[in-house]
Amino acid sequence: MTNPHAPPLLAIRGLSKAFLGVQALDGVDFTLRHGEIHALLGENGAGKSTLIKTLTGVYQRDGGTIALNGAEIAPRSVEDAQRLNIGTVYQEVNLLPNLSVAENLFLGRQPMRFGLVDRAAMRRRARAILDGYGLSIDVAAPLQRFSVATQQIVAIARAVDMSAKVLILDEPTASLDAQEVAVLFDVMRGLKARGIGIVFVTHFLDQVYAVCDRITVLRNGRLVGERRTAELPRLDLVAMMLGRELEAAAHRLAQPTQFDDSAPPLLRFQGVGKARSVAPFDLDIRPGEVVGLAGLLGSGRTETARLAFGVDRADSGTITVDGAPVALRGPREAIRLGFGYCPEDRKKEGIVGELSVRENIILALQARQGWLNPIPRRRQEEIADRFIRLLDIRTPDAERPIQLLSGGNQQKALLARWLATEPRFLILDEPTRGIDVGAHAEIIRLIERLCADGMALLVVSSELEEIVAYSRRVVVLRDRHHVAALSGEDVCVERIVAAIASESSPPVAEARP
Amino acid sequence: MIQRFLPLIVTMMVLVVGFLLCAAQFPNFASWRVVGNLLTDNAFVGIAAAGMTFVILSGGIDLSVGAVIGFTTVLLAVLIEQVGLHPAVAFAVALAVGTGFGAAMGAVIHWFQMPPFIVTLAGMFIARGVSFVLTTDSIPINHPLYSDLNDVAWRFAAGGRLSLPAMLMLGVFALSMLLAHWTRFGANIYALGGNRHSAELMGVPVARTTVAVYALSGLLAGLAGIVFSLYTGAGYSLAATGVELDTITAVVIGGTQLTGGYGLVLGTFGGVLIQGLIQTYITFDGTMSSWWTKIAIGVLLFVFILLQKGLLAVWSDRGGEPAEA
Repeated sequence: MTNPHAPPLLAIRGLSKAFLGVQALDGVDFTLRHGEIHALLGENGAGKSTLIKTLTGVYQRDGGTIALNGAEIAPRSVEDAQRLNIGTVYQEVNLLPNLSVAENLFLGRQPMRFGLVDRAAMRRRARAILDGYGLSIDVAAPLQRFSVATQQIVAIARAVDMSAKVLILDEPTASLDAQEVAVLFDVMRGLKARGIGIVFVTHFLDQVYAVCDRITVLRNGRLVGERRTAELPRLDLVAMMLGRELEAAAHRLAQPTQFDDSAPPLLRFQGVGKARSVAPFDLDIRPGEVVGLAGLLGSGRTETARLAFGVDRADSGTITVDGAPVALRGPREAIRLGFGYCPEDRKKEGIVGELSVRENIILALQARQGWLNPIPRRRQEEIADRFIRLLDIRTPDAERPIQLLSGGNQQKALLARWLATEPRFLILDEPTRGIDVGAHAEIIRLIERLCADGMALLVVSSELEEIVAYSRRVVVLRDRHHVAALSGEDVCVERIVAAIASESSPPVAEARP
Repeated sequence: MIQRFLPLIVTMMVLVVGFLLCAAQFPNFASWRVVGNLLTDNAFVGIAAAGMTFVILSGGIDLSVGAVIGFTTVLLAVLIEQVGLHPAVAFAVALAVGTGFGAAMGAVIHWFQMPPFIVTLAGMFIARGVSFVLTTDSIPINHPLYSDLNDVAWRFAAGGRLSLPAMLMLGVFALSMLLAHWTRFGANIYALGGNRHSAELMGVPVARTTVAVYALSGLLAGLAGIVFSLYTGAGYSLAATGVELDTITAVVIGGTQLTGGYGLVLGTFGGVLIQGLIQTYITFDGTMSSWWTKIAIGVLLFVFILLQKGLLAVWSDRGGEPAEA
């Protein structure tokens, strides 16, 4: 630390890794110094997790070098990395909920006496270690009795006590509340003072500016740059992450047609929120309107969509449909109200792979009618054929299992499922993710046609140009807060990026009409 | 702390209350003779159930134990009566075969990533099948050592005796408790049952532990087979049919969760004795069909599983509480 010529704690040079021909990491450099908290940032597919897994021995690198204190290392397994003093704590705590806190700290290295585990000594030492983190808990109690934050600290304590010099924290704050985050940051600062190097992966920019000394940004598997936090304005950081030269940013492609702002809102959210998911927000959506939700990964976009469809239940606020308050108890209720939802992860939450295209398309309609009242087979075929034609779903026939279709066609079939219910309000989460360019344009055209027909749409997307292209209004989210609502001339990529990068301030609620 | 021991406390209370009820109805029930017989009659089930406890704690299941017990009795009879080996040598062979058989099943489960249910089901058919191949008859064992061993007993002053099988079972349970709670191997078994993936990331030797758990169950099934052969003085390929289910029942009544990771060895001991107690009660009564044993055990099993569900629900609610930090 004191000697500027000493090698850095960890030096990664020219790291490369490919999966099935896809270059996940392409010549990435990363340097971690002693007693430093270093943020590793990037959007989906940037290569953060590949970098971490290569470092912790889960993956073997294709090229490049990793040096720890100047000596080259090649961890081949997680245990190997642990022996090299590289410890990792994941978002979902990888400890054992059924064992006691003390057993979790000492599993595999319990203090022994006369060939047996010395349980009293183990508890004593566990208490001593956790005291050092300001945690005074019953170490004999099962770990599952404690909050995620406490479990995170136990995981960190275990990693550090196994003499970690490099500590990787992979989104440790994703499921913590503000107070728990503050406790975790105190722990991180304490470790930093002991000379431990911490790699901190997070989606929350405020947290980056709160604790990190340096920032390394990756994008599409390449290094964008390393900066000192103090010298990097937020706007520049967001631009680095999103990869957009701001002056060259695209403007709106198409202006939506005349729109009646005085029309009563179809949907009104007032103070709707859920603890640890998304802060209370206000939002009005009128018939025929497209509202875009923009923000970085993990900013609360999908959480907002899930609240709006009742997948997650809000723990505050009121939702009004057509002027009448509703209790959105679950998706069934939402479907009854004429809502539709195409989730982000269509493999996991959307399509039923083994069922045919027809069965997938009529699923939501049938669910709304109730299973005791089956839709006649001929009517099902009519509906399926109509949407296959309308959306140009490329399939030999309606009876083909949907898993055999391409991603774009699956996405269109999923859209057809909701269109078949003739929804008044449709939520699309990343409608263009993972589909080819042609289908991409078609889906955008479809969105425009749908709102022309008077349907209200809420669209989540990471593609800012895309959001700008079809949204009449854009709500920007940051760190689980709705921070800005843009409309009219303000709907442009620059404004969105500026809102994402804005300093932490009390969340700006959307102005009520 | 109380939470961890609650299922055990419930099991032990059921045992004590059950015993008191029996004693209230039959004046002769509360005697050392009955207690001694209870331990002796259930010794082989208890020994096998101790092994099953480890398997279930690790998140697995071993359906082969009954068949291995039956196979062991046949193997001993063949080795002693037909091959002419000394029983001590035959015992050693039987224990080695049981351990090796269990280890082989554990290896298949780990390296081929097969569900333990299927692998040990196959093991059950193989062990039972091989005993039929050896002999279909019941072979009596007439070696003098057998009668000598059956005479080994610690006699209570007030009548009744603690036989060698009973002593063996008590020893097995004592050692099993030591193994489960005071060794790294024991902690690794609980870790495996808690979350296999996490356990691996925390450096638990998953392969070694999995193989060892099934080997231990095989070893104890072999020992149970020896005890059974001492108890019946014969080798018979149909012996101990369905005992694997009795042992699983004992483990569950003892408060161990079938999904692994939670439970205590001592609870299994209680589970074995509760089953034995019901059997003894029906014997004392004399008029009831012995099938009432099964009905009573079935009801008890159901109640215990409901109890576990309830406890688990209470525990997971606590998980959401803020830290005491």
